[in-house]
Parts: sequence; C-alpha cells; structure tokens
Amino acid sequence: MSMLTFERKYRVRGGTLVGGDLFDFWVGPFWVGFFGVTTLFFTALGTALILFGAAIGGTWNIWLINIAPPDISYGLRLAPMHQGGLWQVITICAIGAFVSWALRQWEIARKLGMGMHIPVAFSVAIFAYITLVVVRPVLLGAWGHGFPYGIFSHLDWVSNVGYQYLHFHYNPAHMLAVSFFFTTVFALSLHASLVLAAINPGEGETVKGAEHENTFYRDFIGYSIGTLGIHRLGLFVALSAGFWSAVCIVISGPFWTRGWPEWWTWWLKLPIWR
Amino acid sequence: MRFYAFIAAVAIGLAGTVAALFSLERPGMLTAQLGYRGTGIEAVVNPRLIAANAPRHVAPPAIDPADPSGDRASTIYENVPVLGHLSIEQFGRIMQAMSEWIYPGEGENQGCNGCHVPGNFAAEDMYQKTVARRMLQMVQAINTQQTAHVGATGVTCYTCHRGLAVPAEVWSATPNTASSALAGQAAGQNTPLPRTGYASLPFDTFTPYLVGNAPIRVQDTVARSAPTAATMQQTEWSYGLMMHMSTGLGVNCVFCHNSRAFSDWEQSQPQRVVAWHGIRMVRVINTEYINPLQPSFPPHRLGPAGDPLKVNCATCHQGVNRPLNGAQMLRDYPELMPPAPERRAEATPR
Repeated sequence: MSMLTFERKYRVRGGTLVGGDLFDFWVGPFWVGFFGVTTLFFTALGTALILFGAAIGGTWNIWLINIAPPDISYGLRLAPMHQGGLWQVITICAIGAFVSWALRQWEIARKLGMGMHIPVAFSVAIFAYITLVVVRPVLLGAWGHGFPYGIFSHLDWVSNVGYQYLHFHYNPAHMLAVSFFFTTVFALSLHASLVLAAINPGEGETVKGAEHENTFYRDFIGYSIGTLGIHRLGLFVALSAGFWSAVCIVISGPFWTRGWPEWWTWWLKLPIWR
Repeated sequence: MRFYAFIAAVAIGLAGTVAALFSLERPGMLTAQLGYRGTGIEAVVNPRLIAANAPRHVAPPAIDPADPSGDRASTIYENVPVLGHLSIEQFGRIMQAMSEWIYPGEGENQGCNGCHVPGNFAAEDMYQKTVARRMLQMVQAINTQQTAHVGATGVTCYTCHRGLAVPAEVWSATPNTASSALAGQAAGQNTPLPRTGYASLPFDTFTPYLVGNAPIRVQDTVARSAPTAATMQQTEWSYGLMMHMSTGLGVNCVFCHNSRAFSDWEQSQPQRVVAWHGIRMVRVINTEYINPLQPSFPPHRLGPAGDPLKVNCATCHQGVNRPLNGAQMLRDYPELMPPAPERRAEATPR
C-alpha cells in the first residue's frame, strides 16, 4: 500500500509502553502495537458476544435487541450466562477495548512526541462509562444497576432511572452536565461558523487569517479567545460535560435516594432564614 | 490575575465539597427491583432514613377483644344510630379505642370529653360528636366498599388520626390570590412545598383531582396525534399531583409506571391499579363525607378559604406505601365493620 508523501516522517520506532519492539510495526496504514492487539481481541470477542446475545434474545430488530444486566438479587456476583452473565462479560470486553484504545493513543502520542491531550480526553469518556457500569453498581451493591445494551432498552433505562428521583432536572450535577453539553455545541458552532466564513471569502476576496477572525470577535463581543484558546475552551467544556454526566448519575442512588427537588431544601434550611 | 483565579477555584471547590457533604446521603443503600432486570424499574432506599421514620408507622397494641354476644348497645344507650348493632362490651371497647386514638391526652376536652358533653354521653351538643359519627360511617363504608384500595387491611380511625384530633396530613383549598400582583407571580406554583416534592410544579392540585374529577391522564395514546385538549399546563398539574402521590407514599414514579409509556396500563405495575382506586376513594371521602360536614365545623377548624380540612394520599399513608407498614389493625377491631346484613348486601357482585 502506498504511503502519503508526509507519512514516512511519522513512521518512527519507539514510544511503546508494553511489548518493546515486538508489536512495533505497521499493517498497511495501521500501526499495530501491543494495545492494538488487545483492542482487536476485546472488540472481536465483545462484538461476537453481542451477536450471540441478539441470537438468543428473540429479535433481530436492531432497535429492540437488548442484552440486560443481571437481577439485583445477584448482587456483585457472577450471573448465569442467559441471566445477565453475558452482560457482565460484554462489559469486561468493552472496558478492555476502550482502555486498550486509550493506551494505544498514549503510545502513539509518545511515539510522535505529542502531548497527552487525546488519551486524556478519551479517558474522560471511558471514566463516564465505567462510572455507569462499574462504580455506581458497586456503590449500590449489584451489577443489576448497570444499563442494558440495546438501543431502545438503554433509553428506557435512562428514563426510568431518572424518574426514580421524581424530577431529574433538579439534579445539580445534571444541570451542570446539560449546561456544559449545550455550551460545547454553542462554542463549536461559533468556532465552525467563524472558520468557514474566514476560509470561504466572497468573490474576488482573499482567504482571511487569524487576525481577521480575532478582529471580528473583538468587534462582535469585545473579546476574542484566539485560535489556540478556542480549542482549549472546547476541550474544557466538552470534558466537563462528560465529567458532570458521570457525577450526576453516580450521586443518584449511592448518595441520594429521594426526589432531586428535595435536595434543594438545603437552601431553605440555611441557618440565616430557616 | 492567575493568583485570583486560583483562589476563586479553590473557594468554589471547597464550597462545593462542603455543600455535598452536608446535603447528600452516604452510600449503603438497599434496592427493591420492581421490574424486569435492566429496565431501571426499581427503588433505591436509604435504610437509615427508613429506620429513623419507622416509629411513625407502628400501630398501637390492640385492646383486649370484647365479647360480641349479649344485649345490643342500642338497647341501653341513647343516640347510637351507627354503632347500636354492637354488643355493650364491644361498644365500650371501640369508644375506649377512639378516645385513645383521637384524644389521648389528659385534661379537659381529652378522652371521652373530646366528643361528649361531660356527664351526658347522649347529648348532641358537641360538633366533634357529629363529625365522629359521620367518620364512623365513612370507616364502615371504606372497609366494605373500597376494598379495591384498602384490601383486607382496611382502615381504622388510627390510620389517619395517630393520636391527633386533626390528622397531621390534611389540606384545604388555597384562597384565590390572583388579584394580588405580587402573589400572582407564583401562579399557584413555584413554591417549595412537601406536597410537590419541593418542585416548582402547581401545588393546589387537590381541588381539581381529589374533590373534582378532572382528568389526570393527559398523555396521548398514539404518536403525533392531532392536538388534544391537554395543554402543557394540564400536564404540569398532573405532574404536581403525582409528586404528592410519590412523596405521600414514599415511592418513586416507577413504583406504578414504566416511564417509557406512563399512560400504558399494560406496561404499568399492578400498584397503579390500586392507586387508581385510591384516587376514587379519596374523592368519595372528600365529597360525600367531609365537605358535607362543613356547616358543623367551627371556623377555626376550616381552611382559609372556608372549606373543611380534607384528605389526600398522605393522610393515611404518611410517607409509606402501606399505611402503618401494612399493620392489620382492622382485624383487631371488628367493631369498625358495618352490621352484618348490610355487609352481605355490599358483598353481592355489582
């Protein structure tokens, strides 16, 4: 397979964390590495188990396929394969694949002398997933608190778990997470529209540069965060969205059992005016 | 600049940590799974909170049973139209129980004198006696006609009264304050009250739903249907009532509903049927038993809008899904069932 002209520059040895030179080679355009092998292993096994779960689940309707966690009564023990054990093994495979991929990102970043922004950012997503299927179930004492693997079924789980706390919009961490998600989309749309406007000038005009972009925002809102700053801000708001999502679900149950609106009575009970 | 940002971040972090420590609960919860695994239909409860509230839900020990044979109470007492069918011993026993359930204190207007003119039990001068008589009829009716809700557990005076002349959980209509510009801002909502679970939802939902029979089920049964009569406001009113049911029973929404389709009976829990009958029972209690007593009550026993203090779900339940945690008090007090012939008539299929 032919390489792009600049690609040879990136095909450098070293940077691995595990395995030394053993897996330090390319297959076609793809670098392998030890964690490439483990990623492939967990992904193949997990996907095969999902297909197995679908096959024994009674439907091939893509929306309705559902691989549910065990009953709460199994606690933190292993469950029989057809009663949630499959969910447990798939969860192990998913975490194995996700963590392998993050470590592979780490190795590639080392190989290329980059910062660790990409593996760190991806780790926040993995952290949110592990919070849902490991941390919260362990804090509540049963794997059955994990969410089911299915398109509709996981949405039903989200809805029902929200209504366990009567009105989830009053969950303070949910408020933060939702605000950060919307802020992420808002910042991205501002940034994307600015870039698209700058690089698609009108007929007869030249492409605009960073100073033009900064001037636009200084005119518009009195401040420009700058070309590097927007990416730092974007990373912060996006990771905050994922982080507070994880917080909002882990406090629901392990740290609060009543309706979320009631949590706000701490304000009414402040000694100043109680 | 950077120093102040650092100080601000530390301050926010500290404030957040302190707020979390003082406002949240600690782990070590119990879970009741109420639906198929993985559906999220379950209740996570704090055993420490339940233990702290447990003393509120203990039934008092039953008085020694009375001999149901012998002369009827109506043969020796005057003015006993509701309990005249009891034996004299049973009649004395239920009078004693009622005084302990409703007027347990010492001093005047307690014990027998809560309802009776001292020295003249037959006198009809006290409004409390009028009310008590009607309440006895209500208890008899609930225990025979409302078994779809109360089952064989039934109710006694204690189910609501718990040692208080006026039950702890009662409500009355909210006076109309719409003419006041300032009070009007709240529009009957945006007020943190236990009955709405402290949400901003409408709080005077009892008048339309627990006295009137306004439709509670507002969800469309088919997707993308033509506009229905139900507005967003009506939906919030239903939500407000449901918040009362949840907090009044100490349960969450999925105790009765599958939130993927709140309206669908097929996907709901069996408890939703019991609750449906409970709403109808409360309407009967409020419209047939309590509101007609309005002229009997002195002004200080009426709400600010002049209506009597009425019942809702919390009046009996008081925060648990089975009042008194399901204690079978009625079994110990057969005196609270109507006379036998009437009971047989009630039992025939309707």
